[in-house]
Amino acid sequence: MTFPDGTEALDGISFSVSMGEFVTIVGPSGCGKSTLLRIASGLLEPTSGRVEADRERIGYVFQDATLLDWRNVQNNVELLPQLHGFPKAERKRLASEAIELVGLTGFERHYPKSLSGGMKMRVSLARTLTLAPPLFLFDEPFAAVDEITRQRLNEETQALFQREGFAGLFITHSISEAVFMSTRVMVMSARPGRILSEYAVPFGYPRQADLRFDARFGELCGEVSVALEGAHASEASHE
Amino acid sequence: MSEADHEIEPALSEVDADEDEDEARRGAAAWTYLAPLITFILIIGAWYFISYVRMDAVRRRTALPAPHTVFEDGLLVWEDRKGLKPILEALLVTSRVALIGLGISIAIGVILAIVMNTAKWAERSIFPYAVIIQVTPILALVPLIRNWYGFGIPARVVVCVLIAIFPVITNTLFGLQSAKEGHHDLFTLHHASWLTRLWRLEMPGAMPAFLTGMRIAAGGSVIGAVVGDFFFRQGEIGLGRLIDNYQKDTRIPELFTATIVACLFGIAIFLIVGWISNRTLKHWHESARNYT
Ligand SMILES: Nc1ncnc2c1ncn2[C@@H]1O[C@H](COP(=O)(O)OP(=O)(O)O)[C@@H](O)[C@H]1O
Ligand SMILES: [Mg+2]
Repeated sequence: MTFPDGTEALDGISFSVSMGEFVTIVGPSGCGKSTLLRIASGLLEPTSGRVEADRERIGYVFQDATLLDWRNVQNNVELLPQLHGFPKAERKRLASEAIELVGLTGFERHYPKSLSGGMKMRVSLARTLTLAPPLFLFDEPFAAVDEITRQRLNEETQALFQREGFAGLFITHSISEAVFMSTRVMVMSARPGRILSEYAVPFGYPRQADLRFDARFGELCGEVSVALEGAHASEASHE
Repeated sequence: MSEADHEIEPALSEVDADEDEDEARRGAAAWTYLAPLITFILIIGAWYFISYVRMDAVRRRTALPAPHTVFEDGLLVWEDRKGLKPILEALLVTSRVALIGLGISIAIGVILAIVMNTAKWAERSIFPYAVIIQVTPILALVPLIRNWYGFGIPARVVVCVLIAIFPVITNTLFGLQSAKEGHHDLFTLHHASWLTRLWRLEMPGAMPAFLTGMRIAAGGSVIGAVVGDFFFRQGEIGLGRLIDNYQKDTRIPELFTATIVACLFGIAIFLIVGWISNRTLKHWHESARNYT
């Protein structure tokens, strides 16, 4: 991928994510991770290469919750079925289910203004869940919430993945978040982004919170961390 | 799930904060009324002082009658061609012109903003002319308007629209364009049509800016109606012409009364639009908290 101004963002990336797989990409900032997701979702046309994906009902969770401030929680969650022309009753049912799944039952009539960052992110997740998307893209969705909230959201995302069995492609800066949720972790190099290395995560689902204290968990995080440091080093040598 | 419970707590403490805020707000509310009242008393005092200490009897009659004279000869008299009655009749005429002008400004202004929002070239083609309308003094357009629309109510409405439409166009356009990139991406991902995007994203998002524009336009349309009435003086008598007549006939107390009525009318429209704005935005926009 090369932008019109000549910035070469991605180079020679090739991978696939199947249903029931949760792949996480970690990499230095500015290496082209968001660009990769925008290409995968069809928001951006690649300058070369091609993408095969079911994009009819794509799930895309942005770093910002992107809620509509004038809609309460219920109506925000109903947005996507509404855009896809679902009948009202169906919309309501899907939204209520999704709101329950993310634990926000009782907050339906609240407006975004009165929600915490973590709760807004949950609404954003619920909104995406209403369509039961086969492909679920996440662009650093939990980067702006505090550590404890983030861990809870990780546990919940992992539970949702187990339940829904979608194909997940997740982007993050946090190594433990990556290892905790994924079936596979990929490390990307500095710009132009390439896949440097790949790690299969051997743990089964559902994953419990105390997995984080498991020795093998720590070891895997360590390996990814070393690879990521290598990716940053390659950036330093570029400059 | 578990974290939701966790987060109810901040929500509860917010309720406490709201109570404190309520008390603070009541205090502030008292000031809201007390402060202008004190100013009012000071102004009346200064008025009496100038009227009685600085002026002789003749000028007191022709330039600045005392407040109680204005009150007695202007507000308390109710006769066919004297006192408050003709003033209120003129107000009716002027307010009709102002409301029609405001309505037309909003309709045309919003449509133009939507057109300008759809394509950069449309914005480039229209915006300069909107600016030209705004910066051209109404006085310079009076002969043209007179040629095209005559001397009656339509000409006055045109003056109103010329003054009120610019803030509607610019604020609505700004509002429509303020939808965030991420929101547009979301709508793009889900194949939203042009109309869906406009109706579900851009128009609701434009409400705060649109309402700000409407507040400015409302004040402008009242000025436009009075000014238009001053220039186009055929048919029903509005406030502008009445004020001019009173000035020529040295009916100063009634001149003051008519001016005060025009002023109160402007304030009333301003408050009504502010109230509508507050009702519409109360759940989601910061600006809604500033009005009560
Ligand atoms: N529209 C664009 N035009 C030019 N350069 C861009 C554009 N979008 C992103 N870039 C550049 O491409 C690189 C990758 O950006 P991005 O994918 O957002 O990185 P990441 O998400 O990994 O932090 C950055 O250097 C960024 O400045
Ligand atoms: Mg990014």
